[in-house]
Amino acid sequence: MESHTLSTQDVLHERMAKKLKQRHRRERLFKFAGLLATCLGLAFVAFLFISILSRGIPAFWQSTISIPVYIDPELVAVEAPPEREPQESQAAFKARQDAWRNGLMRVSWNAVLAAAVADLYPQEDFAVRDVLALFTSAERHRLRDLVAQDPSVIGSTLTLNFLAHANVDVWLRGNISRDLPDAQQQLPPKVRALADRMAADGYIQQRFSKALFLNTDSRSSAASAGLSGAFMGSLFMMLIVLLLAVPVGVASAIYLEEFAPENTWTNVVEVNINNLAAVPSIVFGLLGAALLIGWFKLPLSAPLVGGLVLSLMALPTVIIATRSALQAVPSSVRDAALGIGASKVQMVFHHVLPLALPGVLTGAILAVAQSLGETAPLLLIGMNAFVANVPSTPMDQATALPVQIFLWQGNELRNFFEARTAAAIVVLLAMMLGLNLFAVWLRKRLEKRW
Amino acid sequence: MSGSTLAIVVLAMMAMVYQLAWWRSRRQAVASGERPHSRPRYHGAWVAFWCAGPALLVLGLWSLIEPLVLQASLTANLPDSQAQLSSMQVEQLLRRIKDLASGYGVVGEVAPYEQAAAEQWQRLSAIAAAAKWVLVLLVAGVGSRWALTKVQLTFRARHQVEKLIKLLLWGCSAIAILTTVGIVFSMFGEALRFFAFVSPVDFFFGTIWNPSFSSTGHDHGDYGLLPLLWGTLMVSAIALLVAIPVGLMTAIYMAEYAPARFRSFAKPVIEILAGIPTIVYGVFALMAVGPFFATVGAWLGIEIRATSALTAGVVMGIMIVPFVSSLSDDIISQVPQSLRDGALGLGATHSETIRQVVLPAALPGIVGAFLLATSRAIGETMIVVLAAGNSPQLHGNPFAAVSTVTVSIVNQLTGDTDFAGPQSLVAFALGLTLFVITLLLNVVALYIVRKYREQYE
Repeated sequence: MESHTLSTQDVLHERMAKKLKQRHRRERLFKFAGLLATCLGLAFVAFLFISILSRGIPAFWQSTISIPVYIDPELVAVEAPPEREPQESQAAFKARQDAWRNGLMRVSWNAVLAAAVADLYPQEDFAVRDVLALFTSAERHRLRDLVAQDPSVIGSTLTLNFLAHANVDVWLRGNISRDLPDAQQQLPPKVRALADRMAADGYIQQRFSKALFLNTDSRSSAASAGLSGAFMGSLFMMLIVLLLAVPVGVASAIYLEEFAPENTWTNVVEVNINNLAAVPSIVFGLLGAALLIGWFKLPLSAPLVGGLVLSLMALPTVIIATRSALQAVPSSVRDAALGIGASKVQMVFHHVLPLALPGVLTGAILAVAQSLGETAPLLLIGMNAFVANVPSTPMDQATALPVQIFLWQGNELRNFFEARTAAAIVVLLAMMLGLNLFAVWLRKRLEKRW
Repeated sequence: MSGSTLAIVVLAMMAMVYQLAWWRSRRQAVASGERPHSRPRYHGAWVAFWCAGPALLVLGLWSLIEPLVLQASLTANLPDSQAQLSSMQVEQLLRRIKDLASGYGVVGEVAPYEQAAAEQWQRLSAIAAAAKWVLVLLVAGVGSRWALTKVQLTFRARHQVEKLIKLLLWGCSAIAILTTVGIVFSMFGEALRFFAFVSPVDFFFGTIWNPSFSSTGHDHGDYGLLPLLWGTLMVSAIALLVAIPVGLMTAIYMAEYAPARFRSFAKPVIEILAGIPTIVYGVFALMAVGPFFATVGAWLGIEIRATSALTAGVVMGIMIVPFVSSLSDDIISQVPQSLRDGALGLGATHSETIRQVVLPAALPGIVGAFLLATSRAIGETMIVVLAAGNSPQLHGNPFAAVSTVTVSIVNQLTGDTDFAGPQSLVAFALGLTLFVITLLLNVVALYIVRKYREQYE
């Protein structure tokens, strides 16, 4: 009898132990799944950054041809630059100046470059075409500008740095397989041999690419395409966001948080702001296209229009950040101010807002950083046009950093521009990281004071 | 040029009358020995507003209208021989005349009528500039004069200034409403123009998307929304299939299991994903993920295109992981500890507590987070523009290229701004559809989240 009971208990115990084991196994499995998901998330971040950085960082260096150039007076035969005569109108003087520059343009700068390479190897006989294939086409304009700026260099020998052609850069860095047959190579065999020889002799080196930062985009001369135009466009737009979205957003947050009466209008505004925060960015682009460009006839591709569109997009972000900063100020501060006789406006502007300032500034900077990375709405207002100049006012044609990335990734010269695109992404991410770190630093610094 | 000088003059005047009003109020207080209602600086601010506010408004309006009036009078006075010029030639002529008038000079012969027009232009601009100065300064002067008479001991300047400030704040909060109104009206207006070309039935229920840019003008092509909507749904579904399991499990692990040190490291790192611009994801999909999938496909013997619904969806999923995870994390952390304690006290394991108690309690909030993530995925543009392959066809193969609503908006509107034909106007009909879908998702999500919040407060 007793043994029987015992055995039943044993069975029960055994079952429970088994069940418990199963449940504990499930527990471990579940926890492991959570850890796995978290690690997967971390792996995504790592994969993203490694794949961008490994492509982008090398592109900050670029094949550069560094050779002595003799500015031959026979090849560069131009008169002295014109000077303004008394009683000459400004327009007429400008016309003469243009004529002189046109004369400079007719000089065969290609011949100067070809002669410079031929002088390196006097015993060889290169075809001019093969030599010129080494240089990216914008470099002869640079040579011309050099002479236009200082005509006294004619007749002297200067050691100059020229950017190599994009295809030469691709070849020297091994971004195209050396085993491909001639038909599939981007360069003829003689140019490849010359490039290899000059690289071996140290005339072509990998140097830090200043062009990437100082030049604007270029269609004909891929190797000298740079980001400065896009950078200025982005800067103008960020300034507009800072000057428009931030004050307006902070003001409306103050109104909603401190002054708004509890009524239908306030409710409508609040629901509206929450929805506006989740409207897809491309819809704001459509708004800009229809309203600003279609109705108000503002110019296409202007940073002003882009800045306005991005300001409208950033507005909800600023409002929401400011509201939560205002909410974080303890109500005792408000009560104390009101208690000693401050009016509501005085209470807000003298006490609450200064205390909320760190949060407000952080929100503002994050909103600016967010608008720095926005692409889609800018495509709809024509900011994807090719722009060869650095914009000097917000009304000039311009592009933006993310749009420049979009344009470069679509360039036909794939094996050169893939690295260039990744480098531009590194620049963009570095700027955003800088802004975010600035926001963190600002918050830490200001919070100490209060 | 003279406009900005004038603005500076007005601002200088504003500073002066501020100081004047300040002194006057102060003097009155000292002389009478009584306490004025408002401090001197409120009187100053009030007078300063009446000095600069109306004057700058007049200046702004004048600067808008002046060039139009001058131009019109100049064009009206051109001789008959110039009447047949095209608008471009007129513009060129006007520029020549302005260059002559400014003394910059022009290249080539100067016709007598040009000389006359230049002189007329000079005269008119001089008169206009003088009139502008007089009018603006008059408005500023009258405004300050009137406001200064109000500076009295009993005048409630502070109340007036605070009223102005509140009005300004209210006006700023109305801008958000104006934005929405602008979005709705511009979309509706342009979409209605589109529906004059293509019937709404053909648009909403059509199964062929082929907006041919024909020059004959008669054939507009086909504008069926369904292939685009299907592509959008397919990409979004793949994105959610990636983001929901990863994001939710991450949130659970972070909220319930992770040691504090691991959490403080991993949470911000994963949230980096939310701050990366979408164009970066697009390029990442194109350069790394697409070729990777194509290689895997070739290895498995399946044809996977480098730009496909799968590539775009997976990368978009990575993008919205932090959305799902941080929203869900917040919601899970809000579940009261007493519920967990109760379940653990009854002998449930930690994972059983989470699955059977915490998650059901947090469910409405988590569903709200999913809906917000969905609306984010549907409205996402750059990833799909770069990585989805742009092939607007109805098919169920996730390894092949698709097109989405956002991609078509970009394709139809890029570079085209005269909004004349259905080819560009369709973008607004698509945008309206997108706006309505995301709006509905957001409203439902916010409703669910808000309702959930009420349960524990």
